[in-house]
Amino acid sequence: MNLQTTMNFSYYPGCSLEGMNKAYDKSARAVCDALGINLAELNDWNCCGASAYISIRELRAHLLSARNLAIAEKEKKDLVVVCPSCLTTLTKTNHYMAENPKLRQTISKALKETELQYWGSVKVRHLLEVIVNEVGQNEIKARIKNSLKDLKVAPYYGCQLTRPFGEIDDKEFPTILDTLLTWVGAKPVNFPVKTKCCGGMLMMTNEDVALGLVRNLLECARENGAECIATICPLCHMNLEAYQDNVNKHFGTDYKIPILYFTQIIGLAFGFSRKTLGIEEELTPSKALFEKHLEVIR
Amino acid sequence: MTEKIGVYVCHCGTNIGRTVDCKSVAEYARGLPNVVVARDYQYTCSDPGQEMIKNDIRELGLTRVVVASCSPLMHEPTFRRTVASAGLNPFLFQMANIREQCSWITEDRGLGTERAKEIVAGAVTRVNFNEPLEVKKVPVNPDVLIVGGGITGIESALQIADSGKKVWLVEKEPSIGGFMSRFDKTFPTLDCAACILTPKMVSVGQHQNIELLTYSDVIGFEGYVGNFTAKIRRRARYVDEEKCTGCGQCEQKCPLSVPSEFECGLGKRKAIYRPFPQAVPGTPVIDKEHCLYFTKGVCKVCQKFCPRGAIDFEQKEKIMEIPVGTAIIATGFDVFDAERVKEYGYGRLPNVITSLEFERLTHASGPTAGKILLKNGKQPESIAIIHCVGSRDVNYNEYCSRVCCMYSLKTAHLVHEKTEGKVYEFYIDMRAFGKGYEEFYKRLLEEDVTFIRGRVAEVTDVAQNPSEKGKLIVVAEDTLLGIVRRIPVDLVILSVGLQPRKDAVDVAHIFSISRSKDGFFLEKHPKLAPVSTAADGIFIAGSCQGPKDIPDSVAQGGAAAANVLSLIDRKEVELEPTIAIIDENACSGCKICPELCPYHAISFDEGKSIAVLTAALCKGCGVCVAACPSGAIEQQNFTNRQLLAEVEAVSS
Repeated sequence: MNLQTTMNFSYYPGCSLEGMNKAYDKSARAVCDALGINLAELNDWNCCGASAYISIRELRAHLLSARNLAIAEKEKKDLVVVCPSCLTTLTKTNHYMAENPKLRQTISKALKETELQYWGSVKVRHLLEVIVNEVGQNEIKARIKNSLKDLKVAPYYGCQLTRPFGEIDDKEFPTILDTLLTWVGAKPVNFPVKTKCCGGMLMMTNEDVALGLVRNLLECARENGAECIATICPLCHMNLEAYQDNVNKHFGTDYKIPILYFTQIIGLAFGFSRKTLGIEEELTPSKALFEKHLEVIR
Repeated sequence: MTEKIGVYVCHCGTNIGRTVDCKSVAEYARGLPNVVVARDYQYTCSDPGQEMIKNDIRELGLTRVVVASCSPLMHEPTFRRTVASAGLNPFLFQMANIREQCSWITEDRGLGTERAKEIVAGAVTRVNFNEPLEVKKVPVNPDVLIVGGGITGIESALQIADSGKKVWLVEKEPSIGGFMSRFDKTFPTLDCAACILTPKMVSVGQHQNIELLTYSDVIGFEGYVGNFTAKIRRRARYVDEEKCTGCGQCEQKCPLSVPSEFECGLGKRKAIYRPFPQAVPGTPVIDKEHCLYFTKGVCKVCQKFCPRGAIDFEQKEKIMEIPVGTAIIATGFDVFDAERVKEYGYGRLPNVITSLEFERLTHASGPTAGKILLKNGKQPESIAIIHCVGSRDVNYNEYCSRVCCMYSLKTAHLVHEKTEGKVYEFYIDMRAFGKGYEEFYKRLLEEDVTFIRGRVAEVTDVAQNPSEKGKLIVVAEDTLLGIVRRIPVDLVILSVGLQPRKDAVDVAHIFSISRSKDGFFLEKHPKLAPVSTAADGIFIAGSCQGPKDIPDSVAQGGAAAANVLSLIDRKEVELEPTIAIIDENACSGCKICPELCPYHAISFDEGKSIAVLTAALCKGCGVCVAACPSGAIEQQNFTNRQLLAEVEAVSS
């Protein structure tokens, strides 16, 4: 089935999609292909300036971000990102440059050194929002090849998709992922901790605290009968997945909850193979899940 | 004829004198063409100051006067009176503002003095072209329109009606009483709201000078001070008010129950109903949306049982046009929609309720007969009250809603008294500003209520340990202890703030009044004219102007009544002559100005194909003058000649 029109976007994968979270990149590209979303990777992109950097070297972080925006502006297309940290940093730079003439001047001067300039016209968008708002329910439902048989999913948004700007959905209690999961035949469970902290970088600096935060998420998912957790953030994904064993050791628990990118779940519904979606690469095995929902994975 | 101009430069104490050398400004003015006298003076607005001007007019035969002082807002009328009493037409006076536009905005005395000279030169040059204008007087219709039958409108209506004047009181709902009729007790005295409100409601219903129009809306309001016409839509009640005795048979027999708006959906009402038993008028209304006769064409049980034959399914809405001289707008407020603050779980977590719902729960004639009960019918053992929901929050309303601290204290008292449960109050700052309020707060401090200073981050049902299981956990940073606290409770009461009514924008449009940034109606002056508006003869009172408690609302209701009575007793009002004049010959009939006029003062004569101005409606705002592409409109006392002369003098 072909979409009437192809939607063209610039695509900013961000650092983690090239390494740790390759499966997110794979599944996102596959799903976009199927939906007629044409993602053209941004030429010569650099670090978005996120993580701890923006808190310590704010101006330089904005400059890194502005360079990406300046390159994107030449393409005259909306810039799609998948990592909420990238989304927040790029959007923040957009806002701050618009509101603060002094910052704008400093950045413009620095960009000029590399013969770049940024006028502030690039709209930074998250893929989740693009899929829901630009493609829409009918086109998505038309592509479903596998019934997910009411796969019970805990929709996990993390902290940065809606905060601080709240441009995509309600800041504290978003529902956009719930909606999308319903469209592809999954069953989002009640997940009141959907925007609570995953521990973020604390996993490196204060593991005890971070493990407790991850446990809260896993416990809430289990209590509400979720068979897996859907993520939209590479860092949330890593903390939930890679540290599940540590949580179990630390607290004497026995969580075995598969963690899947939201794009992987859509991909499953669209009939892509596990390999295409990078589902064999996960650390917390999802095999049991797919045995139960067998027709999904064929 | 050469004009003889007198110039008076005011020091305004040190307000002007500190940064402007008034002596040298006067000296400079003396050298301007046609100026025969220029003086500086400490307080020109004082009696001796005014005397000085009058003397000069008489002795030197001044034909024009310029006072360089403050903004015209306060003292232009003063000096116009001064020159008039010496026999000069008041419009031959010109004010030059060297305070707000000069002395207050500089610290540099040299610059201040130079700027003051320019402003004075502008005014002096301009005043040569001022023309004498005549003030028109029109009679004031003594009838008054009051919009909104809450406690504010009730107070205004009774005050005015008691003085023998006729009042048209228009209320949207089927009964007057407003929010106050839904409250149980009132702070800080804890007297029963119904006990003090109901007698006033009854007085309104019975007053020979009050025409009560409930279930009605004002849909149009035209005219000018003293002579307005209100267009009112009386919605069909389907019950004849003349015949109905309010016996209540129809309500008892009606087979259909629906959630009651008055009870916040916690209780039921019938399809034919009075919102509450003490409603005024006692005549019920039929809710057409639900009534079985209107929806399915069956039933008519009420008609069968009505002993007076008052049910009239054929009744139609009526449009009335009522001439009045003045109006008081007392349309009140809406409560903040708590569902917007997702992290507090209202609408998602069953035992999170709003303070208004609490009022109905604790009310003796409410849906639970005054018992505080959880959704499972049990009594709560622990209760949290959260202040500032929707208020003092950049995400919602930035302002303080003013009443919530006090009503939250009242809530705490009532809930503790009735349940003996543990009560926690989460507040940001405790604002107990009124008479007897701080004392009430102190009383609560001694009543075993736990006060936690901190804005609540969230209300959640996700337990982190066994003691939290099955509870609502209120998470907040206790800013006095500097720790995050998690308090498990059974019931959470959200102290929702006050906000402008949904239809405030429409009401503002109908009455041509403005709204402040927060959306409430804008008063003429925040301190000195709190119930007046920029529209003469239209007053605002109560929470439609900003959040208010009952004492303040009643005080404003009384203040607005006094303003209205003062206008009526004057018997006639003066109309400013500084209005627009349309030159028929120059008008090209482009129809731009009628659209732009905010006061509906310009109509279009299709026959002659020209714009026509109704002088009495024009407020002299100047919008049409600026917009007219043919230059066919001039504003009196702001003619092109005057303005160009002023601009030229200031810039040369």
